[in-house]
Amino acid sequence: MLSDAEWEAILISLQVAGTAVAWILVPGIALAWLMARHEFRGKALLDGVLHLPLVLPPVVVGYLLLVSLGRQGLLGRWLDQWFGITLPFTWQGAAVAGGIMAFPLLVRAVRLSLEAVDVKLEAAASTLGANRWRILFTITLPLALPGLLTGTVLAFARALSEFGATITFASNIPGETRTLPLALYTLIQSPGKEAAAARLCAIAILIAMLSLLVSEWLARKARKRLRGRDG
Amino acid sequence: MAEHTDAPLPASHAVSGHGTDASGLTLEVDKRLGDFLLKASLTVPARGVTALFGASGSGKTSLLRLIAGLDTPDKGVIRIGEHSLVDTRQGVFVPPHRRRLGVVFQEARLFPHYRVRGNLTYGMRPGARSRFDDIVDLLGISPLLNRFPATLSGGEARRVAIGRALLTEPRLLLMDEPLTGLDGARKQELLRYIARLARDIDIPIVYVSHDPDELIAIADHLVLLDQGRVLAHGRLDELLTRFDLTEYLGGFDAASVITATVADHDHHYALTQLRLEDGQRLTIPLVDDPPGTTLRLRIPIRDVALALSKPEQVSYRNQLSARVEQIGLVAGNKTSIEVRLRVGEQILRARLTRKSFDELGVKEGISIVALIRSVAFDTR
Repeated sequence: MLSDAEWEAILISLQVAGTAVAWILVPGIALAWLMARHEFRGKALLDGVLHLPLVLPPVVVGYLLLVSLGRQGLLGRWLDQWFGITLPFTWQGAAVAGGIMAFPLLVRAVRLSLEAVDVKLEAAASTLGANRWRILFTITLPLALPGLLTGTVLAFARALSEFGATITFASNIPGETRTLPLALYTLIQSPGKEAAAARLCAIAILIAMLSLLVSEWLARKARKRLRGRDG
Repeated sequence: MAEHTDAPLPASHAVSGHGTDASGLTLEVDKRLGDFLLKASLTVPARGVTALFGASGSGKTSLLRLIAGLDTPDKGVIRIGEHSLVDTRQGVFVPPHRRRLGVVFQEARLFPHYRVRGNLTYGMRPGARSRFDDIVDLLGISPLLNRFPATLSGGEARRVAIGRALLTEPRLLLMDEPLTGLDGARKQELLRYIARLARDIDIPIVYVSHDPDELIAIADHLVLLDQGRVLAHGRLDELLTRFDLTEYLGGFDAASVITATVADHDHHYALTQLRLEDGQRLTIPLVDDPPGTTLRLRIPIRDVALALSKPEQVSYRNQLSARVEQIGLVAGNKTSIEVRLRVGEQILRARLTRKSFDELGVKEGISIVALIRSVAFDTR
């Protein structure tokens, strides 16, 4: 049903988006928690920086990544020398780009759900002998689960649809960094590929719809459970 | 009203029972909260129920939060027995999760994503596992174990919260207005559970409330708070008889608290005979407690009349010989005079008009007869 090239684009997209979400999940939750529960100097500034990827042209993010993580970049040279890791023009690089673009969405959703968790329940847990970590894993995060799920799916979808930063930083290499949007772009650029482009477009819509449905289903299940109903 | 109780022990008689590490709480703290300055110094005896009483805004809950470790005092010391929880001079601050204090909050605060059983075992210490069934039975919550908190009634949720706190084997149980928002019947029911708890489980309880009726029912000791200061603390029955506190204890509807023992029952007339410790007798409407049970009675001041000698043919069934110990004015009331009577070792308050007072020639030290209407002992 699907051609090899289409399969390839889908698999690379899932791999890139999945990796992107995986690497931002823990830092994203940690930062969201910091923003939700603490007041500190420079919080507004940090908040602004966090939201930059949402408002900057993605190409700018890609360019900055290239400058810092490219082989000649400060971080890139260090990564190359000490760990032999090269990010530009690799699918891992695409995952980094996608992750950064998705980061603000994740933090926002998680922060909102953490703010909605009743700190009185956390205080009650502490009087029952639970330390900070136990409270986090048994009270705070489970109660924030619906928001966590929504944030994760949003971030996944954002990473999946990432184009500008990816093509700038990781380029458009078939079988390596040619994700669905890049494959679609390539097809649109080539004359006589209108039908193939339309097919990819439909696939993209399908995947996006599917992830939204799955997230909605999971969040509803989690909410039901939190509201304390059986099943 | 009559309530079951052990004879309350004064602080000086405090003993640790059953080999537990029951020991009292000592507290001396300063804490500024905006414009409000909490400056409290008090001790909580190692046994019985100590009530923190005061109008809203008097600092009851702030004090409780300091004890629980949910707030830090600016200055001061909080100790359980010899063990420091807070000592600002030494830089000691034990975090709440290491204090081993059970806290029952006003709103129960059950974890919505755990079933009742999960809530109960959340902070359970290994040593309490064997007592799980007892505590669940005592609180009457065994049918609820597999339910989620959202499906519980207010009273059920409070009971679960109490059980959850008890299973952490606390050294002290703090209760912050645990009956707020319950209707009358539920309130009475939960009050009975708590009273039974105080009797059966040897843990000192600090009970925050602004409801005099609750405190009369369960408190042994009273800490009277006003605008962040401790006005008085001591045994409830003693504080209730102090003239200088009448203004603050006004809500208590001016009454005396007297303990007596069930002597026998008269089923024909549905009456129960009680014996005071000096041998005098009282009659109250029939109660179902067996002879020998100690009851705590509340006698409203308006239900006590005075006579110079035992009158004949009068419907006041209870006539106690007493001695006038102290005479005082009633704040804001020009008509009345309050008299403190000593009956055996106990104090009974009475109020009469200045006119009757002068006509009777009441003086400190004279013998007098206190007439008490039987209905004053209504058990509610």
